[in-house]
Amino acid sequence: MKTFALAIAVVILAVLPLWVGGTYYINVASQILLYAIFALGVNVLVGYAGLVTLGHAGLFGIAAYTAARMLSRDHGHVAAIAGALALTLLAAVIFAALSLRGTGLGFVMITVALGQIVWGIAYRWISITNGDNGISIAGRPSPLGVSLASPAAFYWATLTLFLLAVASMVIFVASPFGTSVRGTRDQPRRMNALGYHVWLTRFLAFLFSAFWSGVAGLLFLYYNQFVSPQMVALTASAEVLLMVISGGTGTLLGPIVGAALVVIMKNVASAYIERWNFVLGAIFVAIVIFMPEGLVPGTARLARWLRTAQRPAAPTPVAAPAPGSERGR
Amino acid sequence: MTALAVRSLEKSFGGLRVTAAVNLAVEPGERRLIIGPNGAGKTTLFNLVTGELRPDGGSITLFGRDITRVPSRRRAHLGIARTYQIITLFPRETLLRNVTLSLLGLSPLRWNPLVRLERQATLIGRAREVLARVALDHLADRPVSQTSYGERRRVEVAMALAQEPRVLLLDEPFAGLSIEERRDVLGLVTAIPRAVTIIMIEHDMDVALDFAERITVLHLGAVVVEGTRAEVVAHPRTREIYLGE
Repeated sequence: MKTFALAIAVVILAVLPLWVGGTYYINVASQILLYAIFALGVNVLVGYAGLVTLGHAGLFGIAAYTAARMLSRDHGHVAAIAGALALTLLAAVIFAALSLRGTGLGFVMITVALGQIVWGIAYRWISITNGDNGISIAGRPSPLGVSLASPAAFYWATLTLFLLAVASMVIFVASPFGTSVRGTRDQPRRMNALGYHVWLTRFLAFLFSAFWSGVAGLLFLYYNQFVSPQMVALTASAEVLLMVISGGTGTLLGPIVGAALVVIMKNVASAYIERWNFVLGAIFVAIVIFMPEGLVPGTARLARWLRTAQRPAAPTPVAAPAPGSERGR
Repeated sequence: MTALAVRSLEKSFGGLRVTAAVNLAVEPGERRLIIGPNGAGKTTLFNLVTGELRPDGGSITLFGRDITRVPSRRRAHLGIARTYQIITLFPRETLLRNVTLSLLGLSPLRWNPLVRLERQATLIGRAREVLARVALDHLADRPVSQTSYGERRRVEVAMALAQEPRVLLLDEPFAGLSIEERRDVLGLVTAIPRAVTIIMIEHDMDVALDFAERITVLHLGAVVVEGTRAEVVAHPRTREIYLGE
């Protein structure tokens, strides 16, 4: 049943450019998927490792800026992508080494500071980053000879990477390492006493998270064919964090739903309502009030409640774990 | 060779000397009881032995090996396991998963991001065996949040037993339990083979006295009395500390 639903979802997504009607909507779908990759990456830290980051736009931006700079110096797409991911991981090593000195608020504040340093560089180190003007690139790559210039082709490339990201999350969550990461979130002291290297576990989770943030940053660059300091601003870090929290931290589907919500509000609602930020804010407030655990776990809870409300006489097994609840898995 | 030897161990929190020149030598297979009033420094001593706290001075040796500077997580690999006075489990996970996590802590598999943990039949089989030892195998798939306090205490012990420690530190394993539950846990602890050296902190003298061969009385961070059960019970200092005479 679950596999069937999954297969249907993949097919619907795969043929989306054929039914969605218009390049505008294909582009919105590409944006949703690239932000979903970013949110999935951030969720590794926020949801599974329990480390709230407000600096991941810095890593997202480092990937985009590195590739943009290398492309503008005629290095070719392969070198630019490899260089961008390598530099993102290197930056993540530094980010993690500094921010993992603290947990909780300490961790948050260090990530804010690091994100702001990247923003400062993007904004002020004009000889490298072109400052406020940003960097434009000449075009999208053509992997395996297929040009990604058209919205549909770019969508399919993004979808492929998105599915890879989801697959990597599924494998990670069920693996012994993923279990260790969640353990360091729930009982770091006990994990240490049980023989786990808590710091190194968090450090590796940080790198995994940074990798997908970097991939999303590259997609962002190729989607817009332009980078500017806006993409590394604190608001960008806050936005992706809101995607994760509104969808449901520590769930697979949550960050995807959160990314869809924010991107749709940004693109679609802004066409009708000038102050779409106000609407988005109101939606977040509503989520916090009615589904504080996020949309995905909240909806699952609602569905369970409806099912039991329909059949009041049906006995519910006490011992059975809540179906559909992915939280903490 | 002494299983666990602590020599002139010192720890202060600010101006408060919580561990004051403590000496302790526990022989292999021994059952040692540590008693003392609140604030005597019993749990601090455990935290120093497991490495969760760094001592200000003195040394700790495990089977002749100096572990004073060995990080806490390495000491688990060297054969020290402990339980906590305040139950420290993974509440959202099942009992089986809790014990599996304990086994995984000593296995290189814990770094593996590619295989499915559920498919690790040997590991999970061993976790089931350990749960059976504490008579909780019938609740293996129940989340900790849906178990009773007494069952959680047994999971605490199971987590420590799973690691097959050479030295086992039990921090008030009977705290908060009913009389029957105490008997259950005592039976469980008594059944642990002699290959394991056990050091237990306990307030409940009735249960604990039967268990221990030697008793150490801590008071204000220092060892006040040490000896066999009869010696310690008869010692005037014990009565003074416990009865306030």
